[in-house]
Amino acid sequence: MLIRWSAAVAAAMMLSSPVLLQSASATDKPTDPQIAHIAYTAGVIDINAAKQAQKKAKSKDVKAFAEDMLRDHEAVNKQALALVKKLNVTPEDNDTSKALSKQASDKLAELDKLNGAAFDKAYVANEVAYHKAVNGALETQLIPSANNAELKSLLQTGLKIFQGHQQHAEHVAAELK
Amino acid sequence: MRSGRLFSLPIALVFAAMAVRAHATTIEITMENLVISPAEISAKVGDTINWINKDVFAHTATAKNGDFDVTLAPKKSASSILKKAGTIDYYCRYHPNMKATLKVEP
Repeated sequence: MLIRWSAAVAAAMMLSSPVLLQSASATDKPTDPQIAHIAYTAGVIDINAAKQAQKKAKSKDVKAFAEDMLRDHEAVNKQALALVKKLNVTPEDNDTSKALSKQASDKLAELDKLNGAAFDKAYVANEVAYHKAVNGALETQLIPSANNAELKSLLQTGLKIFQGHQQHAEHVAAELK
Repeated sequence: MRSGRLFSLPIALVFAAMAVRAHATTIEITMENLVISPAEISAKVGDTINWINKDVFAHTATAKNGDFDVTLAPKKSASSILKKAGTIDYYCRYHPNMKATLKVEP
């Protein structure tokens, strides 16, 4: 039952509450092509958010943070593309990816209405929540469900780097107050 | 005379060893999977540090005291020569969780 699983992940990402993930973990496992699609989508979302921030952010720290996000997420996604090519896997679109994309475009539109310090605050707050949610999903769902060892290892590297992003975002958020 | 000769070889070796130590050496510090290793290492002024980035991410080796700030592109290496003695804590500006210490002896 992928639908139930993906609904749980999407809900968790929206509410930034990884607790919700655990209820579905035993029964619903995404496949490797779905995991690859979700991970790649999650990266693209943060890249787009960073591009928006590069245009709109006022604070030097926020601009630097956005630059870091762009650099790292592009690097991870480049690796992900190289891996799916090597493994001859076609990433498969799924309800989780769709829910994530929909939610992200809503957020982009919402942030687009803000300017200056208000934008900076909202962008960084969302980055904290977003990385928290993605890390929760990686830890409790995507990594344990991945079958291929190389995919699992890439997700683990991703988790490590995104945990750093979360801390960095929390630090920037605290400085903005 | 005989005994003098016998002693001379080990003494020469000791001097040779000292001469080698006095020469600058190259020390490798690797960044892989977001970890700097070795996390702690000693070097001497004049030694060269060869920074090796094995990750697909860009990293930096940035001294907290401002002594050095090396930027490493993904999968690239760079080197720097140690000019000042001291215990230097450094980190990656992009990934501040990556931390290590370099002890530079005079």
